[in-house]
Amino acid sequence: MKKNRFVFRTVILLILVGALAFTLYQNFFTETEKVEIGKEAPDFLVTDMNGSKISLSDLQGKGVLLNFWGTWCKPCEKEMPYMNELYASYKEKGIEMIALNADETEIAVKNFVNQYGLTFPIAIDKGQEILNTYGVGPLPTTFLIDASGTVVEQITGTQTKEQLEEYIKGIVPK
Amino acid sequence: MEHVKCQCGHVNPVGTFFCEACGKPFQHEESASLLDMKYEGSARRSITYNKTLVDKVWSFFSSVKVGIWLIVVTLVASAIGTVLPQEMYLPPAVTPSEYYADQYGVFGKMYYDLGFNNLYSSWWYMILLASIGISLVICSLDRVVPLYKALKNQGVTRHRSFLKRQRLFGVSSATTEDITIIQENLIKRRYHVRIENENILAEKGRFSRWGPYVNHIGLIIFLFGAMLRFVPGMYVDEAIWLREGETKEIPGTDGKYYLKNEKFIKEVYSKEEEDKVFDEAIDRVGNSMIPKNYQTNAVLYEAVGSTVAGQEPKMKKVTDYKIRVNDPLKFESFALYQTDYKEGELSKMFLHLEDKTTSEKYGPIEVNLANPEEKYDLGNGYRVELLSYFPDFYFDEEGKPSTKTKVPNNPAFVFKMFTPTTPDGEVSFVAIRQNIEPAGTNKYKMTFAGIETRNATALTVRKDLTLWILALGGTIFMIGVIQGMYWNHRRIWMQRIDGEWWIAGHTNKNWYGFRNEIEKVLSGTDVPQPEDKVLIEKIS
Repeated sequence: MKKNRFVFRTVILLILVGALAFTLYQNFFTETEKVEIGKEAPDFLVTDMNGSKISLSDLQGKGVLLNFWGTWCKPCEKEMPYMNELYASYKEKGIEMIALNADETEIAVKNFVNQYGLTFPIAIDKGQEILNTYGVGPLPTTFLIDASGTVVEQITGTQTKEQLEEYIKGIVPK
Repeated sequence: MEHVKCQCGHVNPVGTFFCEACGKPFQHEESASLLDMKYEGSARRSITYNKTLVDKVWSFFSSVKVGIWLIVVTLVASAIGTVLPQEMYLPPAVTPSEYYADQYGVFGKMYYDLGFNNLYSSWWYMILLASIGISLVICSLDRVVPLYKALKNQGVTRHRSFLKRQRLFGVSSATTEDITIIQENLIKRRYHVRIENENILAEKGRFSRWGPYVNHIGLIIFLFGAMLRFVPGMYVDEAIWLREGETKEIPGTDGKYYLKNEKFIKEVYSKEEEDKVFDEAIDRVGNSMIPKNYQTNAVLYEAVGSTVAGQEPKMKKVTDYKIRVNDPLKFESFALYQTDYKEGELSKMFLHLEDKTTSEKYGPIEVNLANPEEKYDLGNGYRVELLSYFPDFYFDEEGKPSTKTKVPNNPAFVFKMFTPTTPDGEVSFVAIRQNIEPAGTNKYKMTFAGIETRNATALTVRKDLTLWILALGGTIFMIGVIQGMYWNHRRIWMQRIDGEWWIAGHTNKNWYGFRNEIEKVLSGTDVPQPEDKVLIEKIS
C-alpha cells in the first residue's frame, strides 16, 4: 500500500518533470547552432572568383579553414591579410582556405580581392544559402574543419595572426 | 495505523474528518458548529503522509494555496512582459541592448538586464507555467480520488451529529403521509432516492462534482499541446522577405520548397475608382490613403533531387498563388501569410554621360544595384567603366569611401569615362547629389537620369500540427466548466429520530435555489421548511 503510493507518486512526478525538462531542452539547447563541433561539416559547392568550382567534399584529406565575411565588415577586412599570409606558408602542408562572401556584388568582392592581393579561393555565397546552412550570425565567423571533414572549431570575431596560426596548426593533416 | 473504524462499522482511511458512511465526526463530536463538507471530509493523503522527499514534493504541489500563488506570480510576470515591447517586436536592425536603454532610459536598461525583453520564452517563465501544470495534476489527483471514494461509500443512515451540523436543518413531527408526499415530490424533481430502514437520502447532480477535474484534464491537454510545439516538425513560425523577382528557400521546409515573388501589389481606395457613395468615407481619411489590398503574386517550387548548399537546386513548379491578407498559400501542412511589405527599394539607377561644356548627353546607362555590370558601351567611342560600387555609402574613420551594409540605401559609384576626346579616361566619384573629381578638371560628368525601384514582401511561414490538441483541450475545459457551473450537487437527508423527523440538506452551491426547491418538495405537507443557519446568522 505505502510502497504503491511511493511508486505512483514517483512515476507521476517523473513524467511531469520529464515533460518540463524536454521542453526546456528543446527551447534552449537545440537549433542554436546548426553546425555542431565534432560533427560532419555540411557540404557545399561554389564557384570562386577565378571561375573554378570548389566543393567541400573534394577537399577530404585536407584541413579546411572556412571563413564567412563581407566587404562592409571592418573586422573581416583586418583579418583577411593574415589569412593571406598564412595561406602562403600552410598551403603545402595540406591546408585549404575558402572565404565565402555574404552575397555581395561581384564588383565589390573583386575590388576587395585586388586591393588586398588575396591569393586564396574566394567565392560569393549567392542568396546566403551556405551561410544559413552553417547558421552563421555575426561576421566574421570562421570554421576549422579537419582532414576527415569534421568541424573542429567555430570562431566568431577577428583573430590575430598568431591566434589564427594556432588554429590552423590544429588541423594540419598528419 | 492505516484505518479508522467508526462506530457504525465502516472503515475509513486515516485522516478522515467524518465517517464516509454515517457522517459521524471523529473530532469535536459534540460541537454545534457547521460541519466542513469540503471534499466530503475525506482524508487528503498528501496531508496525512509526509515522509519521503517524493511525498514532500507531492504535498507541496498538492496545496491549493501554492497553486494560487503560482498563478498570481505568473500573472504578474506576464503583465511585466507587456510594459515594454518584447525583443521580437523591435524594429529590424536595432541592437536590443542599446535600443532599450536609448528609448526607455534607466528603466529600459534594467528591463533588458533582467531579461524581460524575452520574458515569455525565458526558462523561469516556462518553469512557472510547468509548475502550474504540475500543481493542477497533483491537486486534482489528490482530491478527486478520495472524494470519489467518499461519495461512493456514503451511507443513507447518518449519525445524528452529522445531520444536526448541516447548514440546512429542521425537526418536525411529520406524518407518514407527509413523508410519502415528500418522497414523490423528490422523485418528480429528479432526485435519486435511497431508503434504508425508513431513512431517506435523496441526491441529484453528483455529476457536477467532477466538473473541476474534467476542466483540469482539459487544461493539462492544452498545456501538453503547447509543449508539443517544441517537438521538431510540429510547429513552424518563420518569416521570409522576398524582393520582386527573387526566389528563396522557404525556411522551415528543410530546403524542400522555394518561393518566388513575381510581384507585390498594394492597392488603395481612391475616389476615381470607387462609387460616389464612398466619397465621404474616403475623404474622412484622405484620398488614396486607405489600403484595399496587399498581395504577393507568388510561385511555389519544389526542389528536385538532392541539393548541395551553394548550388541552385533543380526546381519543379508546384503552383502559383495570389497571397493576400488572410488568404494564405497553403501546401502540405504549411501556410504562407502576407504580413509586411517594403515599397520603393532602389533596384536600378540610370545615369547620363554628360559633356560639361555643351551639356550634351550620352546614354543613359542602366546600373543594376543588386549586381552591377562593369562595362557600359554607349557607341561611337563613348563608354563608361564602373571601378567601385558602394551600395550604402559613407566615409569611414579613415576618410575612405566605404559601405555600411550591402543594401542599396545610398548607392555611390566610381566611374571611369572614356570619350573620343578623352581616350585615357576620366575618373568621377558619383553619389546621390555628390560629384567628386580627383583633379577637378574633367570634361565630362555622370548625371542622374532616374531610378527604378522594386517592392519587397514579407510572408509568415506557419505550420501548426498542435492546433487540434489545443482545440480538444479547450473543449474539454469548457465541458468541465459547464458541468461544474450549471449543475448543483444537492442532497436531502430525512431520518426518524426520537419520534421526530429530522431533515438536513446540503448543496455544493446555490443555496438560494436549493431552499426554493425544498420549499416545493415540502409543499402539500405541514412539514416546516428547514432553517438555513448561515442565513439566520446573517440576519441576527
